[in-house]
Amino acid sequence: MSRRLLAALSGGGLIALALTGCVPNTPTDDAAALSVSITDDTCAVSADAASAGAVTFTLSNEGTDVNEFEILAEDKLRIVGEKENVAPGQTVGYVAQLPAGTYFTACKFQQVGAPVGLAEFTVSGESAAISDDEQELTDAAVTNYVAYIRSQVGELIPAVQSFTDAYAAGDDDLARSLFASTRVFYERVEPTAEAFGDLDPKIDFREVDAVADGLDWTGFHRIEKDLWPPAPGALNSDGSDATVDWAPSTAEQRTAFADGLVADVAELHDLVTDDAFTVSLGDISNGAIALLDEVASGKITGEEDWWSGTDLTDFAANVQGAKVAFGNVEDIAIAHGEDGAALVDDITTQFAALETLLAEYGSIEDGFVAYGELDDGDKKELSDAVNALAEPLSRLTSTVLGVS
Amino acid sequence: MDAPTTDDAPDDGDRPVRGVSRRGLLGLVSAGAAGLAAGAAGGVALASTSPLTAGAPQTTTTYPFYGEHQSGITTPAQDRLHFAAFTVSASLDRAGLIELLSDWTAAAARLTAGLDVSEDGALGGPDIAPPDDTGEALDLPPSGLTITFGFGPTLFTGQDGVDRFGIAARRPPGLERLPRFAGDALRPEWSDGDLCIQACADDPQVAVHAIRNLSRIAFGRASVAWSQLGFGRTSSTSTAQKTPRNLFGFKDGTANLKLEDRSAVDEWVWAGGEDVDWMRGGSYLVTRKIRMIIEVWDRQQRLEQERVIGRSKGEGAPLSGGTEFSEPDFATTGAAGEPLIDPTSHVRRAHPSNVGGIRLLRRGYNYVDGSDPLGTLDAGLFFISFQRSVGNFVAVQEAIATDALAEYLKHIGSAVFAVPPGARENEYIGRRLFES
Repeated sequence: MSRRLLAALSGGGLIALALTGCVPNTPTDDAAALSVSITDDTCAVSADAASAGAVTFTLSNEGTDVNEFEILAEDKLRIVGEKENVAPGQTVGYVAQLPAGTYFTACKFQQVGAPVGLAEFTVSGESAAISDDEQELTDAAVTNYVAYIRSQVGELIPAVQSFTDAYAAGDDDLARSLFASTRVFYERVEPTAEAFGDLDPKIDFREVDAVADGLDWTGFHRIEKDLWPPAPGALNSDGSDATVDWAPSTAEQRTAFADGLVADVAELHDLVTDDAFTVSLGDISNGAIALLDEVASGKITGEEDWWSGTDLTDFAANVQGAKVAFGNVEDIAIAHGEDGAALVDDITTQFAALETLLAEYGSIEDGFVAYGELDDGDKKELSDAVNALAEPLSRLTSTVLGVS
Repeated sequence: MDAPTTDDAPDDGDRPVRGVSRRGLLGLVSAGAAGLAAGAAGGVALASTSPLTAGAPQTTTTYPFYGEHQSGITTPAQDRLHFAAFTVSASLDRAGLIELLSDWTAAAARLTAGLDVSEDGALGGPDIAPPDDTGEALDLPPSGLTITFGFGPTLFTGQDGVDRFGIAARRPPGLERLPRFAGDALRPEWSDGDLCIQACADDPQVAVHAIRNLSRIAFGRASVAWSQLGFGRTSSTSTAQKTPRNLFGFKDGTANLKLEDRSAVDEWVWAGGEDVDWMRGGSYLVTRKIRMIIEVWDRQQRLEQERVIGRSKGEGAPLSGGTEFSEPDFATTGAAGEPLIDPTSHVRRAHPSNVGGIRLLRRGYNYVDGSDPLGTLDAGLFFISFQRSVGNFVAVQEAIATDALAEYLKHIGSAVFAVPPGARENEYIGRRLFES
C-alpha cells in the first residue's frame, strides 16, 4: 500500500464505498448491524450513531413501492453511500464504510423527490484504513456522484410539477415563491444537463440566447418573464426593448410552457437514471469548475434571472454543486501527494470564504436579497471570492487525474 | 539579453529564478517540463523601430529586474503602459502578503527577461490543466518590459485603521493620500490602492500580458481595484529620446529629469537619508488621471493654445524665444510691455523657479478610453511622476492647479505609492520593509 495514500486516508478525509459488490463485508465484531425501517413516509434507523469503519445496515421496506436508503454528508447534499431499489417487503443488508464525522440518513420513496426522514447520524472513533486501491476510490467517487445527480434531478421533478402547476393555473404569487427554490436542484447539476445537448437550451435558455440561436424560447426563463412582466420601457439584458417580440403568455401558452418544462425535466431524469449513465472522474472535477464558470460569467453579471432578480439563489446552488463535486474527488487529490493536499487546502479555504460571503445576503432556504440591491462594491467582493476559488479549482482535474 | 545603458545597477540579465511559494508553486511551477522562453532569442534584432518611436529602445531590449533601484523609473520611457492598482483581500495576513510579493518578484523577473511567467509557461504544463501563462506574449520579443511595484498608504494602515500587516509604524511619514487640489473631480474608481504595478513596454500586448498574469497570481490575495492602459509616452526620460507630444498636440516633458543627469536624479528622484531606512533608494509614485476637455481645446486659436502652454506648438520653444531646449525667460516682455510668457501659463507655473527648485521625474502616458455617451473623446493624460517625497509633488501641483491650462483639464483619478528600492537576487520586492 502506498504510504502516501494511507496517510491521506487516515487524515480525516471522507471515503465511502457504496459499491456493494466491491466492499469487503467484514464489519468488526462490536459493530452490531443497525436496522432501518422504511415506509413510504418514514425512515427510522435503530441508532443515530456508530463506530467508524464498516457500518452494517439491515434495510426493511415495509412500504408500498420501491424505496432507497441514502447516507449524506454533513451538507445534506453529497451522497456518501446509498442502497437503491429496495422493493416492498424486501429486507436487504447494506454495508457503508464511514470514517468519523457527521452524516445524515434518509430514504427516498419511489426514488425521486425530497429525502424522507432526514436524520443526523454520528460516526466516531478511529477510522481504520479503508482502501489501498485508487481504482476503488475512483469507483466510489463516480458511483456517489452519479447517485447525487440522480437525487438532485429526482428532487427537481416534483418541484417543477408544483411550480408549473401554479403557473399554469395563474397562481402567480405561488409560482413566484417557488421559482428560485425549484431552480436550485437544476443549478446544482447544470453541467450534467448541458452535456445532453438540446435539453439545457429548452429548460434554461435566457431570451437573448434563444433569440440568438434561433430557438423557440421555452423553459424556466420564459415562465419567469410572465411571472415578473416587464414594466413599460424595460429593457432586456442586451439592452433591447423587453416588449418587442414578446407578449404575456395566454392561458393556452402557459399550459404549453408548463407541460414542456415538465416533459423536459422528465426526459433529463430518464437520461440520468438510465443504467448506462455514468460520469468520469474528469467529468466530476470539470463539473466543479464549470459550475464556478457559470457563476463568473452569468450570475455575477445579474443576467441569469433578469426579471426575478433571484440570481443569488442560482449562485449559491452552483457553488453547492461545485463543492459536492469537489468533495467527491478531494481524497483522490490528497492521495496524489503534497501538491494535491495543498491544493485541497486552498480550495477548501476559498469555498469557506465564498460561503461566508454569500451568507451575508441570505440562504437558499430563506431566500436571498434581490440581485439589483447589490452595489458594484458588493459584486466585486463576490467576484473576487469567485476568482479566488476558481483559480485553484481549475487545477483540480490535472491533480485528480495525476497528471503533473 | 544585454542591458542597455541605464541607471540600474549593472547586472547579468541571465539569472536563475528564485523559487516561488508553496501556493504559487501549485500554479506556477510543476516539476519536469523544460522552461519555455517566449521570444527571448537574445541578440537578434527582431523588429526595427518605427519612425514614430525613433529613439525608443529596440524591441528585443530587456532591462534587469534586480538592482539597486527598481526599473521602470529612470528606464528610458517605453511607448506603452498598463498600470494596475490592487486591493488586498480581507483575509490576507503578513505572511500571505510576503508570499504574494515573493511570487510577484519571481514572476516579474521572468517576464522582464522575456520569459513565460513560469517554467511550464503557456505550453509546457499538463494538457488537462489551465496553462500557467496566458500565452498572448508567445512569439513577442521582450519589448523592454519593466515591472515596478509600489505600496499605497492603505497597505500600512487599512481604511479601518487596523495595522493588519504589522507595518504601520514603518509607514513613511509623507506617504499619505494627496490633499484636495483646485479642479479635482476625483472618482474612487480611478483612485487609490493598497498595491500597484506599473508595466511598461514597447508593445502594448507585452505590458497587458504582464499585468494579466500578475493579477492572476494574486487571485484570492489581492484583486485589481482599477487599471489603466496608456499609449504614447508623454515624457522623455533620456536625452536619447525625442520629446513626444501629448493629446493637446504639444511636446511634453522637454524639461523633464533625464537619466543621464545622475546628480539631478539622485537629488530629486531617490529617497535618501531623510527617509525611513527601508525606502532609501526607493521613490514615491503619484498617478493622476487627467481627463482632457479635448473638443473645447481643439476650438482654441493656436496663439491661445500657445499662450496657455507657454511654448510654441511646432518647435516647443518657450515663447520667450530660442529652441525647444532653451531656458524660458519669464522676464522677456513684448512691445506692449507684457511678458512674452504669460504668468498663468503652464510652463511658468510649473517651472522649478516657481516651485522652490523642485523637479519631478514625469513618466506619464496618453490614454483614450473610447468615447463617452456624448460622443466626445474619453481621453487625456495618465500622469505618472516619481519624486523623492510626496511633498514635492504637492508643491508643484498646488502651483499649477489654477494655471491657464486647468480650464481644459479635469483630474478624475489620484493615487500615491511608496516604491521600494530594487530587490537583489533571492530577495523579494520590499523585503526591507518587513525584515530589516
